[in-house]
Amino acid sequence: MNKILVKGMGVGGLTAAYELFTRGADITIATPDNGFSSSASWYAGGMLAPYCESENTEQVIEDLGIEAMKWWDQALPGLVTHHGTLVVAPARDNAELDRFSSRTKGHKKISVKELADLEPSLAGRFQQGLFYATEAHLDPRHALKAVKNRLKHEGICFIAPDKDELQYDIIIDATGRARLPFDGELRGVRGEMLLMRTSDINLSRPVRLLHPRIPLYIVPREDNLFMIGATMIESESYGPITARSMMELLNAAYTLHPAFAEAEIVEIGVGIRPAYVDNLPRVKRIDNTISINGFYRHGYLLAPAMAIQAADMALE
Amino acid sequence: MLSLYGKNISSRLLLGTAQYPSPAILAEAVHNSATEIITLSLRRETAGGKQGSRFQELIKTLDVHVLPNTAGCFSVKEAIITARLARDLFKTNWIKLEVIGNQDTLQPHVFALVEAAKILTDEGCEVFPYTTDDLIVAEKLIDSGCKVLMPWCAPIGSAKGARDTDGLRSMRAHFPDIPLIVDAGIGRPSHAAAVMELGYDAVLLNTAVAKAGNPARMAEAFAQAINAGRLGFEAGMLEPRDVAIPSTPVIGRAVFS
Repeated sequence: MNKILVKGMGVGGLTAAYELFTRGADITIATPDNGFSSSASWYAGGMLAPYCESENTEQVIEDLGIEAMKWWDQALPGLVTHHGTLVVAPARDNAELDRFSSRTKGHKKISVKELADLEPSLAGRFQQGLFYATEAHLDPRHALKAVKNRLKHEGICFIAPDKDELQYDIIIDATGRARLPFDGELRGVRGEMLLMRTSDINLSRPVRLLHPRIPLYIVPREDNLFMIGATMIESESYGPITARSMMELLNAAYTLHPAFAEAEIVEIGVGIRPAYVDNLPRVKRIDNTISINGFYRHGYLLAPAMAIQAADMALE
Repeated sequence: MLSLYGKNISSRLLLGTAQYPSPAILAEAVHNSATEIITLSLRRETAGGKQGSRFQELIKTLDVHVLPNTAGCFSVKEAIITARLARDLFKTNWIKLEVIGNQDTLQPHVFALVEAAKILTDEGCEVFPYTTDDLIVAEKLIDSGCKVLMPWCAPIGSAKGARDTDGLRSMRAHFPDIPLIVDAGIGRPSHAAAVMELGYDAVLLNTAVAKAGNPARMAEAFAQAINAGRLGFEAGMLEPRDVAIPSTPVIGRAVFS
């Protein structure tokens, strides 16, 4: 049997490793020095929102994304929350809501009352909304840890990087932005996010706040945590968050609910999303190396499909 | 043919580069519409870094004139620093000067704009100022050395089309020899045709194309509308009348009824 080394512990690497494991392959996983925190997927929103994302992407994202929800459910039973997605806009940006509605499927317009029933914390704050009932979300950090633990539990070896790669027949490279210097087709799209804590607000599902220039979202997590994300900046710069981005993220939270003004900011994250020119991920094979990269903002949504492709390639 | 700071330009459509679904679709929009000038924001896209990004490298491969802009600058100083950075990164003297007065409406800060335009033209920059249709501001910009003006026709991203047609007409009449490019506020191809019929020289768009269902097709639609408006202007249009005027003479014709 071929010995396969999977490099990278972000969503691309771990889903590929998991897919190969379920097919009985002989795999080893090379983990980066900084562990999870070096990958963009550690800072992701974790929304499984194929319909919302199709607002400005190609149809393939919707199709693969719908399959991805099933993959995650099977891999991590109970970790995916199927509460849908809520999309709202401040009153003056209602035109944005109409535009978003006309560009996406899988939703219905909901009234102020229906909105209050879904999210009592937002009662009366928005006059209308869009509800995508079949979308889902997961906590990326729980998901990554759960996949890793499962593989560890099954006896899969996790090794330090740069250990003798020659002993492997196939290498799966899912090292994300670390490939930027070597892959000229890749570019980086910087994203910044906040984790905030407040017990004054309860949300059951991700809420997207439309704005003509600065669309942002808020994803509820356990322990009264909320992830506010994420900026989209065409830059590979990995420096600390800028004041402007911080202001935009806080503004979004505050617009959704003024009680966020009193929330604690428990973490500020910066990640570089690797992307190709069409913003779609690619699985490429060169000699015995299969690379998975370019997830852009669709790591959790598209990683299962790429994992399947990479596993097919590795085992053919 | 349109001439901007000595460069001859055959397409009267200028495109912004933000908010497209992907750089590939942006490239398709530029090609399909035969756009020759694209504008690019530096402030937002550098994330504080001074080095260029891969996105900027992609932009350079489109083989069109790059008009870097100072979008997101709120003061003379910020705008000047950004303009100098743009000059180094893109090796061009062209700069689309934006100094914003209000974070929310993105209204131009016309006083700071005039001041920054003067400093930049003195440094050898060729300034394309984003301004309102105010005639005195326009005069001051020309006094500062601007040889092109870019008035809005409605607030940025509002997609409303010309809000004050008389204001735009009067601006055209006051500055017959200055290239005037409508920047901001256009939502649909007919809006673009309408300002071109007023005799404007070109139109700059971003949101209306980038956020369209099919950006590449929309760019083509705008290119055609802009051409049609320009041809209409050059051909000389009829003035509207209040009563019907028959198109063939009636006198002398046999009358049967």
